[in-house]
Parts: sequence; C-alpha cells; structure tokens
Amino acid sequence: MAVRTEVMTSRGMVSTAARPEGLALFWQKFGTSYLFMAPFLIFFAVFVVAPVLTAVYLSFTYFNVLEAPRFIGWSNYKLLFLEDDVFIIAIANTLTFAIITGPVGFFLSFMFAWLINPLKLKTPLALCFYAPSITGAVAMGVVWKIVFSGDRYGYLNNWLLGIGVIDEPYQFLAEQAAIMPVIMFVALWMSMGTGFLVFLAGLQTVPSDLYEAGKMDGIKNPLQEVWYITLPMIKPQLLFGSVMAVVAGFSVFEVATSLAGLPSPLYAGHTIVAHMYDFAFIRFEMGYATTVAVFLFLLTFGLGRLLMRMFSSKNEY
Amino acid sequence: MAVLVQRPQTVDFSVSKVLRFLRKQTPAPSYLFLIPMAVFSMLPIVYVISTAFKPLEELLLFPPPFLVRRPTLDNFQDLLLATNALAVPFTRYLFNSIFVVLTTVLLQVMMCSMCAYPLSKARVLPGRNFIFGMIVAALMFAPQVTRIPQYLVVQKIGLIDTYGALILPALAWSYGLFMMKQFMDNAVPNELIEAARVDGAHEWTIFWKIVMPNVAPAWNTLLIFGFIQLWNDSFSPLVFTRSEAMKTVSVAMISLTNGPAAIARQGAQAAAAFLMTAPTITVFLLRQAKVIQTMAHSGIKS
Repeated sequence: MAVRTEVMTSRGMVSTAARPEGLALFWQKFGTSYLFMAPFLIFFAVFVVAPVLTAVYLSFTYFNVLEAPRFIGWSNYKLLFLEDDVFIIAIANTLTFAIITGPVGFFLSFMFAWLINPLKLKTPLALCFYAPSITGAVAMGVVWKIVFSGDRYGYLNNWLLGIGVIDEPYQFLAEQAAIMPVIMFVALWMSMGTGFLVFLAGLQTVPSDLYEAGKMDGIKNPLQEVWYITLPMIKPQLLFGSVMAVVAGFSVFEVATSLAGLPSPLYAGHTIVAHMYDFAFIRFEMGYATTVAVFLFLLTFGLGRLLMRMFSSKNEY
Repeated sequence: MAVLVQRPQTVDFSVSKVLRFLRKQTPAPSYLFLIPMAVFSMLPIVYVISTAFKPLEELLLFPPPFLVRRPTLDNFQDLLLATNALAVPFTRYLFNSIFVVLTTVLLQVMMCSMCAYPLSKARVLPGRNFIFGMIVAALMFAPQVTRIPQYLVVQKIGLIDTYGALILPALAWSYGLFMMKQFMDNAVPNELIEAARVDGAHEWTIFWKIVMPNVAPAWNTLLIFGFIQLWNDSFSPLVFTRSEAMKTVSVAMISLTNGPAAIARQGAQAAAAFLMTAPTITVFLLRQAKVIQTMAHSGIKS
C-alpha cells in the first residue's frame, strides 16, 4: 500500500501498485488492444451507434423533421404490417430480387475472380468487370435507359424489331411483368463490384506452395483444387462477400428507381428501401420511414447471423 | 490412395477438362470467354469517354450514337466556360475534393486496420464478440435512414460547414473494418505473430512489420473502394456544408449540369462526367496493380 500512484487511464482514476492488480492488471494485459481499437470505436460510437439508436427511437414516434418527434408507441409498426398494402408489394419484390441476384451475383463474382486470377492481363480485365461499379449512376441512368427505352429507338426494341421477334415496341420499363427482370439483369451486370475485388484480393493471399502441396497429395483437377484448397483458404472473404451480397440484395434501391422511377408503374419495381425513401425524403414522415428501416435491419441481420454460422471462420483445416 | 487417383480420371473428361482448358495450361480459350464479357461490362466507361468527345449535333441525336464519329475537344472548352460562371474558382472545388478524399481514405484504412488487428489476433480480448457483433450489425442498417440522425449528430457537435463534417463521419467505416478483419483471420498466420511476441516485439512493430505487409491486397483494395466512394459522394458535401467554398467537385458537377442552362450544356455535362470518372479509373489501375503484385512481397507464410 505504500507505493501507490494515481494514474489516469481511459477508464478513469486507477491506482497502480508495484504488483498490478484489478483494473491495472486488466489494463496491462489488454490496454494495448484497446488503444489499437480506440480511434475507430470512438468514431463508430459517435457517427454510427448514436444515429442508429436515434433511428430506432424515431421509429416509435411521429416525426416530420420540422416539429420535435412525438412518441406514439407501436402505431407505426401496426400501420406497417396491417394496413400498408404497398409495403407488402415492396417486400415481395425485394425478396424476389434478393433471392435471385444475391446467390447468382455471388457466384459470378467468384467465378470471374477465379478465372482471371492466373491470367497475365488480369488488371485490365479486372477494370472491365469493375467498370459498372465505378461509373454506377452515370451508366444506369444513361446507357441502360436507352437500351430498354420503350419506343422503337431504344437499342433493344430496335434490334428486336429488326430481326422480327416483335411487331411493335415493348415497354420494358413500364410493363409490370418486365420491370423486375430488367432491374435484376442490370443489377447482375453491376454485381462485379465489392465481392469481385475482395475475392480477387483474397486469391492473392493463398500461398502458391499450397497448390504444389495439393498436387503431391493427389489433387488431380482444378475442380478439386478449388474445393479443397482455394475455397477453404478464402473462407473469410467468402463470408464478407456473402454478407455484402445479402445487404446489397435487400437494400436494392438505386437500380430500381433509376430504371423504373419512384413510384414505379403499379409499384412493380417498388422495394423496401424505395418505400423507406419515399416516406423519408418525399413525404417527410421520418418516424414511419425509420420503422421500415428497423424492419429491414432485423431481416438482414437475421440472415447475416445465419451466414456467419455457415461460414464460421474457425480454422478447422 | 489408388482409389483416390482413379476417381478423378473419370471426371477428367468432362467438367474438369473444360476447366483446365479454361485456365493455366491454355489461357487462350479463357480469354475467348472473358473478353466478350469484359467488353460488355465495360460499355459504360466506353460510353462516358466517347460521349465526352462528341460534337453537339451528335449529343442531340436520339437515340444517341454509342461511339463518337467526329471527336472534338469542344466540350472541354464549354466546361471551362461554364466553370468561369461558378461562385468560387473551380480549383477550390478540386482542392476540397482532393484534400477531403485523400485525408479520409488514409485515416479510414489506418483506423480500420488498427482496430481489426486485436479483433482478429489478440489471444484474449474481453468484449471482442460484442464489438464485432455491433460492427456487423451496423453493416445491415440501411444507410439512407441513418443519414438524418447522422445530420442531427453532426449539427450537435458543431461540425456543419467544416472539413470535419466531410471527413469525421466517414471514418467510422464498418465495412472496411469487417473486410480487414476477414483478411487478417486467414492471411496472417497466428504462429508468425506468436513467434514475434516471444521474441519480445512490441505490438505496434508486429502490426507494421508483419500484419500490414501480409494484408497488402486488403488495404490496397480498401483504398480503391474508399477513394471511389468518397470521390463520387455528393450527399455529405450537399448536406453537411453550406458555403460554396466548402463544396467538392461532385457537387460542382451537379450544379453545372442541373442548373437552368443544363440543356444548353449537354457538352459540358459529358466532359464533366469524363473528368469525374478519370481519377477513379487512375486510382483503380494504380492500386489494383499493387493488389496483384503484392503476392511476391508477402511470401512469409507458415
């Protein structure tokens, strides 16, 4: 007890003795770790956790941005599930979109990353596949709208008329049956984004001697090589890619609205985020908009947990 | 063993033969398949580049010709004229963009990597699952809705109309942290770190000298993501800043192309789109080449 000094740490006043005990011991063991994490966690708490918690609170209020939020309990949630028919359409569209483009986009990203990885020209090829992500907004707005344009000057209509498949221009962006497929097509074309680059980077971290070792252990063809070496080695990247695919799938918005408009004809291209955006920035009903956000969050979070379990990154090989 | 060798041989005539054909041994068929796909996916960049050089009469055609027929530099002159009418000199927007994007990207990657290191490699870390769980949860929250509460926070701290408002909120990049941690999990062997710890190396040294070189593909990829996202972002500067002197190039482009004279400025618009895209492509090519090179340098493996 004789030689005690008061030391300021991030956890407040802590007394340190010659032999550390209690908090001091804790600090000595884990302090460095927490110092490494501190800068990020501080910003994370201020600019992510606080806004998210605020959003959850707002989902229980009536908030029109001009007046202070007024607490209304579960009303928003009741309205959402029991009376909002458009929301049901949005859920159906989003699910269709996510279930198809999620897995297909994930698979395509991996396939292209894997195919171009051993090639000499991989940087230029990677640029080509990543291009839709770089020029995202420009490309969707300009190129695809002209391709799918509903008059006979649209590239696709022009071509189909030319070869005689159709007699009059088809309204790709206005016919209820065509809107979702067109949106999904463009989304898949854009899906070589994050996942693709992350897989490509992941493939770089697989040591080449593993492949040599694999050959000695009797791996005979590229298919076995992918299954037994490549996939287990880039499992963390696969988890990342799949979580991003789920998030992207369920938060589809920009592709849908830039192609089909907001609101889209008969809500055929209406998605959960479009519904939320509609209430947040067009009708300024922030309370209701955050209710939709919280629902979407619970949905994607549940799926994310499921994927984490599937790809759990414990080293079992 | 004999059985193991037998089975693949039967497969060899079908799928695997095609796959091998597509890969290393003969890259030509691989290119035959990939190049048409690559061209298809590169259409937007080609369109942006070629449109920037189109003369006015080609810009006004409908449907617009995909490729330029008589290339001209008129659009860039037009853009120069249009920028003269802006409230502050164009170089000011350019400076803001470059300053904000570079500072943010470097800090982002640094903070994400530092935070990912203990999350991935500390032997014991109380609260690890809780912290990581929160970060993953944050990924799932639609960014469109946290924007309004985020504005309230930025306003409360008094950051509105400062560089801080453009830089600081972007530093909490859960996405970058998640990715860094995923890479560290597998790409950096635990034995290597343990060995360094036994040798008495400081954690900071281990982080700089062992972990970071091994995850070079990861942070180079993050630099690309960060740069492209921030360079194109017009939401934060529009919402978090008020004075014209704080705006970035992406906002200047919007006011150039969405103003009342937008139709007369079709050419300037195309040139602007080209100039917005050019830096992102440059950064992509520079960093992606590094991602692919790093293999040779990070050969330290267990």
